[in-house]
Amino acid sequence: MKRRAFFQVGGTIGAGLVLGLRLPDARGVMPFAPNAWLRIDTDGTVTVTSDKSEMGEGNHTALAMIVADELDADWSKVKVAALPVNPAAWSREMVTGGSTSVRTSYEVLRTAGASARAMLISAAAQTWRVAPGECTTRAGIVSHANHRLSYGELATKAAAIPVPENPPLKDPKDFRLLGTRVRRLDTPSKVDGSAQFGIDVRVPGMLVATIERSPVFGGRVKSVNASAAKATPGVRHVVPLEGRPWTGVTNVWGIGGENGVAVVADTYWQAVQGRRALQISWDEGPTASLSDIPGRLAALADQPGVTAKTIGDAPAALARAAKTLDAVYTVPFLHHATMEPMNCTALVRAGECDVWAPTQNQTRAQQVAAEAAGIPKERVRIHTTLLGGGFGRRLESDFIAEAVSLSKAVNAPVKVIWSREDDTQHGFYRPATFNKLSAGLDAQNRPVAWTHHIVAPPILTKFGPLDNGIDSTLIDGAAELPYAFPNLFVDQLAVDLPVPLGFWRSVGASQNAFVVECFFDEVAAAAGRDPYELRREMLQAKPRHLRVLELAATKAGWGTPLPPNRGRGIAISEWEPTTCAEVAEVSVAADGTVTVHRVVCAVDCGPVVNPDTIEAQMQGGVAFGLSAALYGEITIDNGRVQQSNFTDYPVLRMPGMPVVEVHIVPSTDAIGGIGEPSVPPIAPAVCNAIFAATGHRVRRLPIGRLR
Amino acid sequence: MPSYSLLVNGRRRAVEAAADTPLLWILRDHLGLTGTKFGCGIAQCGACTVHLDGEPARSCVLPISAVGTKRITTIEGLSPAGSHRVQKAWIAEDVPQCGYCQSGQVMAAAALLAKKPQPSDADIDEAMTNICRCGTYQRIRAAIHRAAREA
Repeated sequence: MKRRAFFQVGGTIGAGLVLGLRLPDARGVMPFAPNAWLRIDTDGTVTVTSDKSEMGEGNHTALAMIVADELDADWSKVKVAALPVNPAAWSREMVTGGSTSVRTSYEVLRTAGASARAMLISAAAQTWRVAPGECTTRAGIVSHANHRLSYGELATKAAAIPVPENPPLKDPKDFRLLGTRVRRLDTPSKVDGSAQFGIDVRVPGMLVATIERSPVFGGRVKSVNASAAKATPGVRHVVPLEGRPWTGVTNVWGIGGENGVAVVADTYWQAVQGRRALQISWDEGPTASLSDIPGRLAALADQPGVTAKTIGDAPAALARAAKTLDAVYTVPFLHHATMEPMNCTALVRAGECDVWAPTQNQTRAQQVAAEAAGIPKERVRIHTTLLGGGFGRRLESDFIAEAVSLSKAVNAPVKVIWSREDDTQHGFYRPATFNKLSAGLDAQNRPVAWTHHIVAPPILTKFGPLDNGIDSTLIDGAAELPYAFPNLFVDQLAVDLPVPLGFWRSVGASQNAFVVECFFDEVAAAAGRDPYELRREMLQAKPRHLRVLELAATKAGWGTPLPPNRGRGIAISEWEPTTCAEVAEVSVAADGTVTVHRVVCAVDCGPVVNPDTIEAQMQGGVAFGLSAALYGEITIDNGRVQQSNFTDYPVLRMPGMPVVEVHIVPSTDAIGGIGEPSVPPIAPAVCNAIFAATGHRVRRLPIGRLR
Repeated sequence: MPSYSLLVNGRRRAVEAAADTPLLWILRDHLGLTGTKFGCGIAQCGACTVHLDGEPARSCVLPISAVGTKRITTIEGLSPAGSHRVQKAWIAEDVPQCGYCQSGQVMAAAALLAKKPQPSDADIDEAMTNICRCGTYQRIRAAIHRAAREA
């Protein structure tokens, strides 16, 4: 496709230069209309408008850097604008997830910067009556001999220049910003309290709501006595709220949300007092008997699933093997636990709706708000705030539906704020899974067979019935093994459960890396091989894996002596196309307490935008994965979540944070994401290190305290 | 409803609220100071950390009736234009990711440094009990050491 198809000059602005950009969707499909903007004002301000939520990964700064480098902009004058408010008029889905922000925008944003630069040069060359090729640009200035004009001075004239068909892109060696450590644009506002998150939204006349939801998934309100709640000072309304299924019908994302009773008051604390005064009798429904999900999954250990991957004949190879090993690995449900609890502010009036939300999913939020308000989606404006963490939880729109329904019901702007307990008990959880594995070695101790049976509740029923009974997220990182096993068999048994499930940072790879990389370590031990050396040997056809594996091992001093009682473990994972390997150094105290001292992380994400951001994401992903590996567990008893707050759903704190050393592979391979890839390897790296230190195999997460 | 006279960031503020209302919600809902964040409501996470007479306090469990005459400092009042050495160190180390917990982290670090100008790693472990789900702990530690160095 010719690059000119991507750009057009914006038509509605009087002064300055506006380029409309067309960003491809996740499948690489190019839209008809622009869906991002580059604007140069007459004062020289460069504004990049994109469609991605900033939830901590630094994507706003990265996207601006990509444009600014090709543009040769003055970085001190570069800004990122608020997201557009009408997703229906946007030509790709407005959704932030899957570590895709930079990689789906990289080429087109570079080309946009180069086009604008060429237009500014043409404008200057015309002014000076010189050849464009003799002009140079630097930091927002076009120069020729003694002439100098700023981009601001040239912007209006440049807007009349035809958009160049094929502007030359910089040779990467000429990058001034890309590949350098650039400080994030949003940091100053995040250290002085001025950054605006969803929970900070204030609208004139706004009321605040808190909701008592059914403690059992799918329960109903049998009766409610709201007289005491209504008598609470400041309480304005008590409103019943109807829940929605989290499962979808064909290709429609289920909304989720429990039946409940909302208390709407002048302030949050008044709403909380009113909620405490509610007397609700629940019809808990059939889910009230749901307990022991791990046991339920384990009971299906021998029931065949749907085949996900076959190479050779694994059962026959196992039968012939000189040595076989079997193991069962299990992982629990996990919660996202974003620091900012779920919240949303909505105002429904006169056939229109405004929504202020920390959302990762503007497109779905708009549809859900329109349904709840009973108006066409084009009449809904989604104002995206900063997100106090997302991790996948804010891809859901349950909190949007609640706020819009309440605003409509009470005819006023309403901000719904979830308590931490609400947030913990009404999440969309990472599935618990049961895994039965076998492997075979031949007489020379070469691995010849691998089988993996996965039993788990599926996430993808949130989009309707599964295709062929397979949930592709549940086999991510398990079916396409990077290791060259001549015989392999992976199958999946999807078990429907009435537990809302969702996408948790790195999704299926979060559990499958633990299962696969730990069992691979068992194979290496059974073969009498060093786990790093056996990985190298079986990854010969995977150069991008090998590069990070070898770099992590080298930097970690693999094979060199450690202090007594310490062990090293290695693991690798792919978040296509990014690869990430980690080596953890771990000790186990006499009382079984596990301490992770050091993590060496190597990542190959292709071209580097901001190495400082990559480093931060690797550190953060390790911390996120380590929280889950050490402590994370949601359990369900009698149809209700048993955890409620950071007391019983503990997360990593300062003393538990290891030193994370990050090494970025210089790479010209395809550009990949960085938000998720460092999460999957940490659990297996730590568990493999525990084995190296103690001889104890961890086959169930969380690790907790070893006995 | 009882009324209270609070000294917030050097300004006298009059507030009418129920006696059990946590200071956090007085700051956020009554005074519009939203830099102080709600995270857990049970003094576990520290997102709501403010200073009372210079001491760090978890405002989500502190009833307004218990504040008395203590000087309240929030993130908005820590320094003019974000110029406190902790804030400068936070920017130099590019600490925040999502940023939601960082008001509380900055307030906790500022209180630590006021008491211990050269904190050890063990001091940091003990004083910095705030939760960060983005996992910025390594940079928080580096920024505290930097702030101590550049004092």
